[in-house]
Amino acid sequence: MKRFFLCVWRPWVAILSLVCGATAAAAPPVAAGPQQFTLSNGMTLIVQPDHRAPTVAHMLWVRVGSMDEVDGSSGVAHVLEHMMFKGTPDLKPGEFSRRVAALGGRENAFTSRDATAYHQQVSREHLEAVMRLEADRFERNQWDDEEFIKELGVVKEERRQRTEESPRARFFEAVNAQVFQTSPYRRPVIGWMSDLDALTPQDAREFYRRWYVPANAAVVVAGDVDVARVRELAEAIYGRIPARALPPRKPRDEIGQAGPRRLEFRAAAEQAVVSLNWHAPQLADPAAQDAGSQNALALAVLAAVLDGYGVNRLERALVQTKGPAGRVADSVGASYGLFGRGPQLFSLTAVPARGVAPERVVQALRGEVARLAREGVSEAELQRVKIQWAASETYQLDSVFNQARELGSYWVNGWSPGAGPALMARLQAVSAAQVRAVAQRLLSDEDLNIAVLVPDANRARVAHSGPPPTLSRH
Amino acid sequence: MNCFPYLVLRLARQALVPLLAAPLLAQAAIPIQHWTHPSGAKVYLVESPAIPMLDVRIDVDGGSRRDPPQQAGLAAATADLLSAGVAARAGERALDENRLAEAWADLGAQFGASASTDRFSLSLRSLTRPELLERAVALAARQMAAPAWPAAVWQRERERQIAALAEAQRQPATQASRRFNRAVYGDHPYGREPDAATLRRIRTDQMRAFYQRHVVACRAQVSLVGAIDRAAADRIVGQFMAALQPHGCPALPPVPEVAPLKAALEDRVPFDAAQAQVLIGQPGMRRSDPDFMPLFVGNHILGGGGFVSRLTSEVRERRGFSYSVYSYFAPGLHAGAFQIGLTTRPDQADAAIGVAREVLRRFVDEGPTAAELQAAQDNLVNGFALRIDSNRKLLDNVANIAWYGLPLDYLDHWTEQVRQVTVADIRQAFGRLIAPDRMVTVVVGAR
Repeated sequence: MKRFFLCVWRPWVAILSLVCGATAAAAPPVAAGPQQFTLSNGMTLIVQPDHRAPTVAHMLWVRVGSMDEVDGSSGVAHVLEHMMFKGTPDLKPGEFSRRVAALGGRENAFTSRDATAYHQQVSREHLEAVMRLEADRFERNQWDDEEFIKELGVVKEERRQRTEESPRARFFEAVNAQVFQTSPYRRPVIGWMSDLDALTPQDAREFYRRWYVPANAAVVVAGDVDVARVRELAEAIYGRIPARALPPRKPRDEIGQAGPRRLEFRAAAEQAVVSLNWHAPQLADPAAQDAGSQNALALAVLAAVLDGYGVNRLERALVQTKGPAGRVADSVGASYGLFGRGPQLFSLTAVPARGVAPERVVQALRGEVARLAREGVSEAELQRVKIQWAASETYQLDSVFNQARELGSYWVNGWSPGAGPALMARLQAVSAAQVRAVAQRLLSDEDLNIAVLVPDANRARVAHSGPPPTLSRH
Repeated sequence: MNCFPYLVLRLARQALVPLLAAPLLAQAAIPIQHWTHPSGAKVYLVESPAIPMLDVRIDVDGGSRRDPPQQAGLAAATADLLSAGVAARAGERALDENRLAEAWADLGAQFGASASTDRFSLSLRSLTRPELLERAVALAARQMAAPAWPAAVWQRERERQIAALAEAQRQPATQASRRFNRAVYGDHPYGREPDAATLRRIRTDQMRAFYQRHVVACRAQVSLVGAIDRAAADRIVGQFMAALQPHGCPALPPVPEVAPLKAALEDRVPFDAAQAQVLIGQPGMRRSDPDFMPLFVGNHILGGGGFVSRLTSEVRERRGFSYSVYSYFAPGLHAGAFQIGLTTRPDQADAAIGVAREVLRRFVDEGPTAAELQAAQDNLVNGFALRIDSNRKLLDNVANIAWYGLPLDYLDHWTEQVRQVTVADIRQAFGRLIAPDRMVTVVVGAR
């Protein structure tokens, strides 16, 4: 959550126009909020001016992630992301990165469940050059089978490094497949190893042709730019890519859960891990007034009260535990996915203290939710969460890249670029009574998934399994 | 067209005309104001008024290189426990760890301490709305003046850390890095790492003593970046240093240099791992090395420059051996390590090591090509603006200038210095410093 400020720039208007003369007069006098346009081929353009430094963040978002894959080809969205660096009719493999490097740029890409994004940060004078490079590979990505085989080897190393090597990563991969049964969210973003083994160059090419169409993409530019000029450039560079029909998406909803589920995952680890996951409603959009969206906002506050700042409720209850029974957990956390293209979860996670049975930790975590439902949250706790959010709004202005990233994630979800402030206003309006009500009514046994990583010294360290929800190429 | 607001401010007081055409940043000054506070603290300020926020960082000579060997981890533990509560003072009640965390949350501000190998650092981030900033500075000063050092909290934190260490020991990456550090640094404090035994020997009275001996005004380097002016900055520094001045200015013993390696060393550890962890290296350079720039630019070509470096192109792009392969220098007050790292499938570890060694040997023998040097210089020079385009990045840069005593106009001449590096400079510097036949090679989990 975050966004963009108008008022703080004002004191500088006079000085800027003095110093920068005629050019300053042509640009909007203050940094305005983000603006969104639709190019002639259906591609979206979002521009966020920020004139603090002469740099620009440029991102190309495609509304396609691992959730758009089908069984047997898991990981193809991410493999394709790697292959996008491997050439076009005009660029040899690796040449894209060399050109960006020559411009002094920083670049990378990432794939999540919901989206794939490519990004560069450059001095403002090189914006046009990176737009041309990005548009070229969006339209004409091309490579031979040998490049694919080599890069698939790199991706498998990535999977080994992130997942196979880590008992906890494999545990959370298994948890994910426990929680989601019919939603494509059940598959790891990086893909199952056997799917990677079987992936073909043609799989990647077909995925590219199917999803990399202008109407399924957005260009986000944040930084020291003039909005009108960026719009001209985008129309000329991206807008000329031929429009194509976007294939229909099938819903593939998560089947309803009916009663608690349990998972025991044994691994050669030193410490146990406990993970509780409830299916939870989500925010449809920042203006939505439906019951699910109202509950979603209250759940966001609930997660922050449990785990939002330095020493929070969970920490006090499970880590600082005093008395004869001693400490329950070594670490503990709460998280909630407020919005996304697929179904969202409310999660509590803990590492039991040495010698503490995981079941006791499960009960302690659930006890904190029950206590909240019984006693509610104090006004001071509620205010503390809101003050923290408000302050972070200002702190986040410091990074132009984060501004671009946030705008892109709103677009992926079908939200307007003004979603940030609107969302913040909604969160600030949540009452203590609403938080208590969601703790009472949601987070029931009906929707609960309990998973425990059980240390087992006899087990081989290494087996097969998964990743965090976002993968970066580097 | 505009520019850093603070930059504009300074330039606006001077001449206006030449700015109209000039690309400002390329040759522009980052105006660092510098003065010495009466306590002896050195103050560095960059006014950055566009966002109503302030970052302050105080660095002192109290990093882990000052850990007693028997209590490795003392600096880091001291930093941790600084947030564990504030003792009562005249007119002010004590705050336990929870009250203290709440007080910071209520201000929307962040304050914390950390320890790296050289530095003990205190960091404050606050909004600059006067009523908030004033309270944040007062709370930070109070915390600096009277940490509570509660033994019960340390006992809990220590148990958590020991448990986490045990879990980490099961990771081949942890094993590799610990063995590498031990082999490269030998007895030098840079190679010291905490374990359960050293953590158990640490007591809170030792933290208090460590804090009072090292976190002292007379050796403090205070960097500030944000929406304040010099007068306000000086008042803040005054409040902070008043909190530290009772510590006096005890002298610290010199720390020896890192000894060069006498011979190659290969350490192979069997491990049931999905990937082999490979680390190759030796003691590298001090930050004050006169060849800092050729080594920095050279390493950018060898393995520091992301997708276009030699190591990435040979190990990853050409052969698909690894997802991650890199080289770096870790320059500090002493010669931090030069390290090449990669992970790969256990059965192809030897092949990947062979490639990495050959890339290094050739680079040291021949240096980069003129085209590679040109590409690296273009990347670094054209990308310079990205190194200073946020308050956070500026703070890191200013704190480095302060810590290493670099000239105040260091950033203004940085791109020139990059441009001046020649192929011969890089060859000479690598040839002098890096001995491919005397490397530590740690391999965990190869088959």
